[in-house]
Amino acid sequence: MQGPILVFAESSETEFRKAAFEAVTEGRRLADISKTEVHALCIGHRIKDRASSLGKFGADKVAVADDEMLSLFQPDFYRQIALDLAKKIHPSVILLPATSAGKDLAPRLAIHLNTVVAAECTELEINNNEFVATRPAYAGKVLLKVRVTGTPKVATLRPNVFTAKERVPPISPLVESLSFQKPTTRMIVKEFVTHGAKKLDLTEATIIVSGGRGMGGPENYKILEDLASVIGGVVGASRASVDAGWRPHSDQVGQTGRTVSPTLYIACGISGAIQHRVGMINSKVIVAINKDPEAPIFGFADYGIVGDVFDVVPALTQEMRKYYGKR
Amino acid sequence: MRRVPDTATRIKIAPDGKSIVTSDAEFVINPYEEYALEQGVQLKEKHGGEVTVLTLGPEKSTSVILKALALGADRAIHLKSENFPDDPSAVARAIAAELKTVEFDVLLFGKKGVDDDNQQVGPMVAELLGIPCVTQIVKLDISAGKALAHREVEGGVIVVESALPSAFTAEKDLTVPRYASLRELVAARKKPILVKEPQQFPCGLEIVSVQYPPPRAPGRVLGKGVEAVPILVKVLHEEAKVI
Repeated sequence: MQGPILVFAESSETEFRKAAFEAVTEGRRLADISKTEVHALCIGHRIKDRASSLGKFGADKVAVADDEMLSLFQPDFYRQIALDLAKKIHPSVILLPATSAGKDLAPRLAIHLNTVVAAECTELEINNNEFVATRPAYAGKVLLKVRVTGTPKVATLRPNVFTAKERVPPISPLVESLSFQKPTTRMIVKEFVTHGAKKLDLTEATIIVSGGRGMGGPENYKILEDLASVIGGVVGASRASVDAGWRPHSDQVGQTGRTVSPTLYIACGISGAIQHRVGMINSKVIVAINKDPEAPIFGFADYGIVGDVFDVVPALTQEMRKYYGKR
Repeated sequence: MRRVPDTATRIKIAPDGKSIVTSDAEFVINPYEEYALEQGVQLKEKHGGEVTVLTLGPEKSTSVILKALALGADRAIHLKSENFPDDPSAVARAIAAELKTVEFDVLLFGKKGVDDDNQQVGPMVAELLGIPCVTQIVKLDISAGKALAHREVEGGVIVVESALPSAFTAEKDLTVPRYASLRELVAARKKPILVKEPQQFPCGLEIVSVQYPPPRAPGRVLGKGVEAVPILVKVLHEEAKVI
């Protein structure tokens, strides 16, 4: 495959997202196979000083568009910058994190480049000039292997699946500033309104404490919040508890919610219906706490405790507090 | 709008190892498109106008088209094709080609199909038509030729204003779909459905294989109630090494 690997290194405010490092690392791996370079693209505001840090993950060149108008993801602006760069460097592969921005940007870019996106990939292979992506469909009930025949090959990478690896020694990448001319647009990105106290998104969390119908009501999530705060986790929810109005949809894990792959997933009062299971089955370790020993969740959890969440969860919080206190 | 297997359905892989058996699946309107349709109907109820649903799919999609007409759509366009490739760029080009002949103010999509999970068609169509597209919206207000949408992102929402005509892709929180009454289901049969053949376009994806995900190694129940808690903390630290 000819042409460099172009990676969209997404940032949030003035920091790169972890998913950006993951994508650059994977781009490096592919570039080594096809003996080409990794070009990273950073778009944002006050991100320029950080650009060279992408060399740690294997970027040979970093193109930076830094402008106040780019501080929030504006699809028209970001698409124009990425498209101009792609037309200049003719990448063989374009990788983007499968974040909300990456998933919005990838198809816009692809259609203008007469190609298509292999979405939410969990594995990429380059063999004899063929580009094959593994991606879940039906929310992960099956895995598809797709050969990408269009050129360039555009793929979004599911966060927390690929591992970001720092190189020793790091590459000192060539950093190039891109001039940004505001294209005509019929949409204005006005503001970002946070859901609250700087909460990490479920897709980015390494520990998730999730509650289901067994929590009995919205007021009882307090015990999950307590556990999460002790172990550095984020609270998630099942569809049943979201549909009941106990938790916002942004907390939902499952087929019509978030697909997550944290290191530790603690399911509390969740039965483990298939549509929930597919959203969290790729967690590294799954713990189930449920009073029903027959609940399907015990069939795929690594560790289970049969018991009432209202007894077990506070006891676990207590025990974890002891554990972290000792370290 | 598309017909997809219900999310509670177990998915079976066909003997060829490259496709899915759908014969015993329960089919529904793709949930994200049901939220989009409900938004369209609510906009009509507030501002007047008409709601048209567009489907690209086989003959069997008629069932979801009738359902949409019962839920408040006024008319339907059915781009009928028994085996249109499951390639988002080809689908987007076929839809955009059709939409060039249709006038509209608001173009609503589901954010993705719950079957192929591609999440590409909405923004691709909008790019082909040269109109704004706000993806993953949880709120939409229209006034004075402008749209104000809330787009759900990691940790919050982004507020986006766009000029009409504009496209949007619906996230789950956008609306709560209504139910159709028996009378509406009957009336739906009288509403017009324009049947056409979609244009064909080249594809950029080929399915090599479909596989079940590797099963998880069986886990174990550590015990009952609070007595098992210290054991759990111990195994998470010593065995699983995740804390």
